[in-house]
Amino acid sequence: MQQFNRKPFKEDPRYKIANREALFGVILALINFIWWYGFAYGLGSKPVESFHYILGFPAWFFYSCILGFVVVTVLVIILVKFIFKDIPLDNETKKVGDDE
Amino acid sequence: MNWSVALPMIVFLIVIFIAGAYAARHMKGTDNFLQEYFLGSRQLGGFILAMTMVTTYGSASSFIGGPGVAYNVGLGWVLLAMIQVVTGYFVLMVLGKKFAIIARKTQSVTLIDFLKARYNSKWVVILSALTIIIFLFSSMASQWVGGGRLIESLTGLSYTASLFIFAVSVLVYVTIGGFRAVAVTDTIQGIVMFVGTLTILIGTIVAGGGVSHIISELKSIDPGLITPYGPHHQYSASYITSFWLLVGVGVVGLPQVTVRAMSYRNSQSMHRAVIIGTIVVGVIMLGMHLSGVFARAVMPGIKIGDQVMPMLAMKVLPPWLAGVVLAAPMAAIMSTVNALLLLVSSSLVKDIYLNYIQPKASEQKVRRLSMWVTAVVGIIVLVMSIHPPHLLIWLNLFAFGGLEAAFIWPIVLGLYWKKGNTYGALASIISGVMSYTVIQKFWPDLLHMNPVVLPIIFSLAAYVFVSLATLHLKQEQQELVIRKFWGA
Repeated sequence: MQQFNRKPFKEDPRYKIANREALFGVILALINFIWWYGFAYGLGSKPVESFHYILGFPAWFFYSCILGFVVVTVLVIILVKFIFKDIPLDNETKKVGDDE
Repeated sequence: MNWSVALPMIVFLIVIFIAGAYAARHMKGTDNFLQEYFLGSRQLGGFILAMTMVTTYGSASSFIGGPGVAYNVGLGWVLLAMIQVVTGYFVLMVLGKKFAIIARKTQSVTLIDFLKARYNSKWVVILSALTIIIFLFSSMASQWVGGGRLIESLTGLSYTASLFIFAVSVLVYVTIGGFRAVAVTDTIQGIVMFVGTLTILIGTIVAGGGVSHIISELKSIDPGLITPYGPHHQYSASYITSFWLLVGVGVVGLPQVTVRAMSYRNSQSMHRAVIIGTIVVGVIMLGMHLSGVFARAVMPGIKIGDQVMPMLAMKVLPPWLAGVVLAAPMAAIMSTVNALLLLVSSSLVKDIYLNYIQPKASEQKVRRLSMWVTAVVGIIVLVMSIHPPHLLIWLNLFAFGGLEAAFIWPIVLGLYWKKGNTYGALASIISGVMSYTVIQKFWPDLLHMNPVVLPIIFSLAAYVFVSLATLHLKQEQQELVIRKFWGA
């Protein structure tokens, strides 16, 4: 990093918020993956004869694909409503047509 | 011709055409033609943004090919399809506001504008533009072939006539209306896809006598159909899971999707789009693929996967409603093709012509040229789709993974890693495309994973190592880029 900090500059303060939100996106995808994988292959690897059924669906499928979808949607809504911030995207200091 | 099926589809085509032409009126008043034509002047609201992202991504394979495979494989293929829920939020969240902010700072209109601003390299621009043009041109052709065949099978018209009806209606509104016409028509198409999905799913469940009955029927046909592994236990957990890269998080590298992440008006548009997009993509993927699986119990014995959906719709629904449902795959194809067409045109006009051939072209000239290029590219694809050459079909197989392997790291790390540089990006694009092509061609089943997995890892390694190894080169330029991208 040193060579870039010769002339220290102020980082765009909006990036702190943007980076945090991106990180939440990655964490959500991880939770999404673990839920999807865990139920599908945790419950779905048993012999078919011992399957349980929920609303007619095999339990592995119900939990992984149907409930999983609902849970992820709820998490997305929670993230957007409570974590994501409304920040301006435009570059207020610079005029259109000004390249630098 | 079956008029009660064809009529809803004809009405649909007319509505799309009118909406597209209506959206084109924005072209007249604009003071920044390129920004309007290729990006809708960054004015998309949340609902339209969500719809255009989902429908650009969701193509013929979500409505015809995918459900056809699900018919043969069972619930394991629905499991695979449900990976795609992640695309509903991941692209917008991960590229996020930083991408939108930087696109504004650098006045990027295309993905390649962004790459050019970040890497300052003629070679990055030219390689990227070529990759986009070659891969997307062939995807477009294969979508068009799919659309033509679909109309042919539903109406009984000849393939060529079907192709023309279909292609000309898309061509006209994209050419005159640009990105805004694409986004507005995508929204209508998305609604049709959503409603069509729910209709066919409900129709199939009713026809099959309820979920429990259908599942036990499937179990008696082959117990493998209700496991995650398929009827012959042929799909291992690692194989299905590897699709998280191709159709899940890797979508962040698809140019037709990422360009949309710079098109929204403000933070609130993005917030709404994330919620709506996740719901819409989840419902479509779950509903269509589940219908494909359930179709096996309702009408066993279909040999050709692509016929499952049309036959299912005609069997379980009244004809006019089948027409509405079958407008959904058409909508999916049109909404993908229109985005690809505009992207190829933007690469030619904005990324190649204006960068390297005639940077000083007048506004008037750019306007005329953009529309001409869009129309001509569309017509060439159309002509090639009449007798699609093998090369095109072959290239299309590589399109999705090839683009992801090329662009995912130059975009994502370019956005979040200050040390990423031109050489890293070049190495990443080249190694990604090359290794993907070689693996896809010679060892498609390497390690029982999707062929995109290793190339994405290789291109990551190439980006990181080459960037670090060339840290001392062009430091001045790199510092300017960092100030422009990261500075307040």
